[in-house]
Amino acid sequence: MAAKTSGKAGNAAVDESPAGMVKIYIMGKQYAVPEGLTIQKALEYAGLTLLRGCGCRGGFCGACGTVYRTEGDYKLKVALACQTVVEDGMYLTQIPFYPANKAIYDIEKLTPSLESLVQAYPEFMRCVQCNTCRKVCPQDIEVMQYMATAMRGDIAKTADLSFDCIMCGLCASRCPADTVQYYVGILARRLYGKYVAPEAKHLADRLGELDTGKFDKEIDDMIKMKQEDLRKLYDTRDIEPAEETTETEAVSATEAGTDK
Amino acid sequence: MANQPSTDPYPKHMREAIKKVEATRTRRMSEDFPVLSADDKASLLKKFHPDHKAGELVDIKVGPSKGEKSFKEIESVIQAYSRVDPKGFDLSKIDFDVDVLVIGGGGAGSSAALVANEAGAKVLLVTKLRLGDANTMMAQGGIQAADKSNDPPSQHFLDVMGGGHYHNFPELVKALVLDAPYVMKWLQDLGAMFDKENDGTYITIHGGGTSRKRMHAARDYSGAEIMRTLKDEVINKGIEVLEFSSAIELLKDEEGKCAGAILYNMETEEHFVCRAKTTVIATGGAGRLHVQGFPTSNHYGATADGIVLAYRAGAPFVFMDAIQYHPTGSAYPEQILGLLVTEKVRGLGAQLINIDGDQFVYPLETRDVVSSAIIRECGERSKGTKTLSDVYGIWLDSPMIELKHGKGAIKKALPAMARQYERCDIDMTKDPILIYPTQHYQNGGVKINADAESDVPNLFIAGEATGGVHGRNRLMGNSLLDILVFGRRAGKNAAARSKDTKAGKLSMNHVDTFHKELKSAGIPEDRISPALLPDYRRPETVERQKGQVPLSGRV
Ligand SMILES: Cc1cc2nc3c(=O)[nH]c(=O)nc-3n(C[C@H](O)[C@H](O)[C@H](O)COP(=O)(O)OP(=O)(O)OC[C@H]3O[C@@H](n4cnc5c(N)ncnc54)[C@H](O)[C@@H]3O)c2cc1C
Ligand code: FES
Repeated sequence: MAAKTSGKAGNAAVDESPAGMVKIYIMGKQYAVPEGLTIQKALEYAGLTLLRGCGCRGGFCGACGTVYRTEGDYKLKVALACQTVVEDGMYLTQIPFYPANKAIYDIEKLTPSLESLVQAYPEFMRCVQCNTCRKVCPQDIEVMQYMATAMRGDIAKTADLSFDCIMCGLCASRCPADTVQYYVGILARRLYGKYVAPEAKHLADRLGELDTGKFDKEIDDMIKMKQEDLRKLYDTRDIEPAEETTETEAVSATEAGTDK
Repeated sequence: MANQPSTDPYPKHMREAIKKVEATRTRRMSEDFPVLSADDKASLLKKFHPDHKAGELVDIKVGPSKGEKSFKEIESVIQAYSRVDPKGFDLSKIDFDVDVLVIGGGGAGSSAALVANEAGAKVLLVTKLRLGDANTMMAQGGIQAADKSNDPPSQHFLDVMGGGHYHNFPELVKALVLDAPYVMKWLQDLGAMFDKENDGTYITIHGGGTSRKRMHAARDYSGAEIMRTLKDEVINKGIEVLEFSSAIELLKDEEGKCAGAILYNMETEEHFVCRAKTTVIATGGAGRLHVQGFPTSNHYGATADGIVLAYRAGAPFVFMDAIQYHPTGSAYPEQILGLLVTEKVRGLGAQLINIDGDQFVYPLETRDVVSSAIIRECGERSKGTKTLSDVYGIWLDSPMIELKHGKGAIKKALPAMARQYERCDIDMTKDPILIYPTQHYQNGGVKINADAESDVPNLFIAGEATGGVHGRNRLMGNSLLDILVFGRRAGKNAAARSKDTKAGKLSMNHVDTFHKELKSAGIPEDRISPALLPDYRRPETVERQKGQVPLSGRV
């Protein structure tokens, strides 16, 4: 079929009425796409089949980090392609992979300390607190602040502040000191989860019970039940009230009121 | 980064509808909509659940589950021809030779790889996109485990069985609930950060269909927290990982045991032969096949590949006619259509409200029931709110959460949700959000036993690709649990089995036989699977690409 490309537009936009369309530049090449689409869907509308730069399509995986600039503006901005709607005159480039250094460590042998972070990522102490990472984070995380808490060895605060990170790597891509903020973040979170947060006592108790096979019979009895009897048991089971209760207030299975 | 709303993000008619929701809020704060009786539930499901819609199910005519039914979109990949010629393919040159091949880099695959590696097996993990680009990464709400004193595992067992309408395979459910606390311990030891009280007690809440508060969450990044931790550990352990490499066919040895797979480099389009003593399929679900045209909450690679491969190799499936529609997919605005609004929003107290400002279903009924009630409300009862694009939806009254739990509760417990809506200029702490069911989870899949082995010897399967654990309806929080329970079991058993398995001569005769059956059943030969990726090209693009020879294919 003869290409109907209209001068610049790469996707033969002459088919569509220009009303309701915006022009975008995919790595410099112009395409016309309908307004209201996410950048990701706009790339597909333009005719590309995505392989890189597209994972969850829902803002969770960090595959679609995008750097863009709009016509007439010198400022570089960032976005997640799956979460951001196209604007007229966007120049788009995706950074689906950034060759950052991920340290290899044995989590069993670490301590929740500044030393562990420094040992894994000695370069992170070179952070110059320029705040570029904070400005490029598509999740609006206080990246520079958690780098500061990390440099103080405050594992808990670093874990907390970095928690919503989806590890797209855009922070590292703009860092003048070549630090890998997002990898420091996950190390801090794992150290926190393993060593700083107190262990769940009720979990340890339950494991003790399980090791003795305490619940096997109860379940085997249910397996042997006729379906109608199991159904009756289910339909009349008591339901723990929905109100906020702390563990100590929680009612036991037998005391709890029936259905709401 | 979030833009300041300059104008109302909701059009006028939706704003009017919101006023009704606001008008009844105070009254509703203390109003509990009654739970449906068992009979009412059954008739609601029968009449309104998409699984029961006439004309959508078609017969499976070939293969080990011949005589059963599945949805058109799924049937079209199950009853389809291989991407390679089973007779012409050279299997004599082996590119990878391993003990355990793990297919799929989500939660099930990563945990299988870690456990098999720990047991001393030589493991290769191959995955379609990047390691962790998976449904696991997207799970928000949480993971169930009966680990509190008021909640014996038998209580969990009962909830799972009832939720699945008693179709579940009880031995699998037993494994699920009894392994659950060990899984939580494993996650704790790996350093996954689940929400805890100051004394270490896990903070747990209800989910749809739970009788105890046993939902453990990591804010609303529960799956992401599990996935990124497992991914970090897979890399730390030096397990060999091939990204952008899909398995497109299983291989067998002379004895009919599974013996590896053909791998396809998605970037260079080359094929590689992987010989493996045992194989684990952990390829997840099928949302991107868009059953009945529903939008989906799933990741880009959810195209039922593993089921297709296993089925051709002779492994039957179960419940491939049971799809889970998540009641609260986003219905507005357009750019987030189908994306998930986690059940935790209801778990924290938000109600479902129709155009009159009234509740019409208890918000924490099982998912199939809530979805059916929403479909009825928007359809037969005409009480949905219309968006601009002719989509109807129901209000999820999120501001109630802040009224119940205090200001700031949403930001704290649901940061991902708040962020998703902020990006659309909607403040869900102040305004309700519009939802409609979205294709979310594949309840069925390949049949396995409690060792996570399929009917094909040496083929282990774990996670969303399997069926039986959840019967015909999975409860929230039991899938993240499922993938870790059975992922670990698959890894352990695949490693053990590999020790007394000798690598044999590879063959694709099973595919050839399957092809013959397809032909005699009259299945058109242009049907090719696995799908690998959804096809989101516009018809215009497809038309313009017609007759093209691949750039690198001009010999
Ligand atoms: C938005 C969302 C929210 C959810 N929330 C919850 C929740 O709160 N609680 C809960 O319990 N469950 C939840 N679920 C369900 C749960 O997350 C999934 O069912 C589960 O994570 C599936 O894990 P899996 O390892 O089986 O598959 P996945 O995590 O999907 O992993 C499958 C992997 O296999 C790869 N793959 C596919 N085909 C091939 C191939 N041919 N070759 C190689 N690799 C391949 C995929 O790319 C992917 O990496 C949610 C699901 C979604 C989508
Ligand atoms: S595709 Fe996963 S964050 Fe955008």
